[in-house]
Amino acid sequence: MYLYLPIAELSVNVWVFLGLGVGVGTLSGIFGVGGGFLMTPLLIFMGIPPAVAVGTEANQILASSVSGVFAHWRRGNVDFKMGAVLLTGGLIGSTFGVFLFKMLRELGQIDLVIMLSYIVFLGSIGSLMLFESLRTMQRSRSPLNRRKLHQHNFLHGLPFKMRFRRSKLYISALLPLLIGTIVGILSAIMGVGGGFVMVPAMIYLLGMPTAVVVGTSLFQIIFVTANATFLQATLNQTVDVVLALLLIVGAVIGAQLGTIVGAKLRGEQLRGLLALMVLSVCGKIVYDLLITPDELYVLTTGLVQ
Amino acid sequence: MTARAMLLLASLALYFGQAPTARAAERAQPVVVDLSEDFVAITAGFNGTDVLLFGATSGIGEVVVVIVGPSQRATVRLKEKIAGIWVNGREVSFKDVPAFYQVLSTDTLDEWLPLQVREANQIGVEYLEILPDGDVEPATAAEFRNALIRNKQAKGHYGKVEDPLDLTGGRLFRSRIFFPADVPVGIYEINTYHVVDGRIVSTQTIPLTISKTGLEADIYRIAQQNSALYGIAAIIIAVLAGMAGNALFRRA
Repeated sequence: MYLYLPIAELSVNVWVFLGLGVGVGTLSGIFGVGGGFLMTPLLIFMGIPPAVAVGTEANQILASSVSGVFAHWRRGNVDFKMGAVLLTGGLIGSTFGVFLFKMLRELGQIDLVIMLSYIVFLGSIGSLMLFESLRTMQRSRSPLNRRKLHQHNFLHGLPFKMRFRRSKLYISALLPLLIGTIVGILSAIMGVGGGFVMVPAMIYLLGMPTAVVVGTSLFQIIFVTANATFLQATLNQTVDVVLALLLIVGAVIGAQLGTIVGAKLRGEQLRGLLALMVLSVCGKIVYDLLITPDELYVLTTGLVQ
Repeated sequence: MTARAMLLLASLALYFGQAPTARAAERAQPVVVDLSEDFVAITAGFNGTDVLLFGATSGIGEVVVVIVGPSQRATVRLKEKIAGIWVNGREVSFKDVPAFYQVLSTDTLDEWLPLQVREANQIGVEYLEILPDGDVEPATAAEFRNALIRNKQAKGHYGKVEDPLDLTGGRLFRSRIFFPADVPVGIYEINTYHVVDGRIVSTQTIPLTISKTGLEADIYRIAQQNSALYGIAAIIIAVLAGMAGNALFRRA
């Protein structure tokens, strides 16, 4: 069954894209990640124009974050104050990111910037995760060593200190604001929620307790992706709601499957598996940029203004 | 073939069957051509379509049909290797590029259609007048123009060579024109030339509209013309879908 996508302007096989949604949804259910960092490159591999893939993914991640945040909210695992500071940065970052996106698109370099961002982030996060899970697998055989709640470093000397009760932190608001801004830019350019960057940053840079990290990250992603969706739609006209809905339906089904599967598997092995997947997507993007293309000239068309 | 096409073919056959055979009269008869439909609707299930073109001539000479899509602006960029990776480099823009271009002919064009006629009427991709926007060296312009045509041919939007036009009984001709799933929308021109002894004796131009219809058209129109509303609607849809997903999830 084929469906014509009005904004991407091509016709796609419904089952293939539903399957893609289920597949990435399952992974996000297993690992508790948004999945945008896998979905956007996969959409591009399937022939969706990169600009449309990025704009549409912002819209899809909005839906999955909304559906995911409730469970954390009910358990009281959302630090709204920290979320508000992060999302202030996120709104600034994603707004700047969409304008940057528009500018790069007009210069004809947006595809390259999307690809390079993916290589940098998938490469580094993938390697870190793989390293971390290998170390945990090793450590689980040796006796436990205790860690402090968080380390103090120069970042704790910054001004504008704020108390974040639920995160049990008294730190400068500038740090979460900066993290929010950087992740906001990424989310606009790469079509991701940014959870895969935000979560490690919250744990390792801010020193937030792991329990509130995912809920707070989801909470702020909702607003950042809503902002990115609106700006991508108004400035670039690259949000395809038909494609987004197709992916959302798949992802909802997948997330349920993923939670069931995830409960039966061991954490460090899962993380190792995800790391390998992230690295192989990264490898494919690198390969595409390195091989000599069959056609050296690329064509972009638009209606006569 | 649609009922309308059958009827038209039958009446054409009748008309030309009864026509006087005198040479002078034959010359005076214009070429007649029509399409199985004059509107191609891009709906939700659209995955490319065929349109049947058919017509009749007086029985002598050859027929060539040129299908020209709406005008586009096109930019061609050359990929260059910088620090080991392929990056978009030099670019040339062209204005008034036909979005779609196809030639149908009753015989191999090279064998019977004089070059001057092909040039004057832009028959064949090599004779298409595609001019660069701004000051570009002729050699560079030609290089990028050829690349534009190659890209269009790879997408199936430009024909590589002329496609055959089936001629039956020397008078009736017909052919299917294929429009792929990503066919550009707009008003197409179907130009038919009846050529006798290397001279165009009769021409006919008919329009064909290709347009998104129904929900697909509405979505596209709102996205373009009322993008703020579109953005807000996209957000609301996603939030509702997420909440519905959560509701399902909780029950499970």
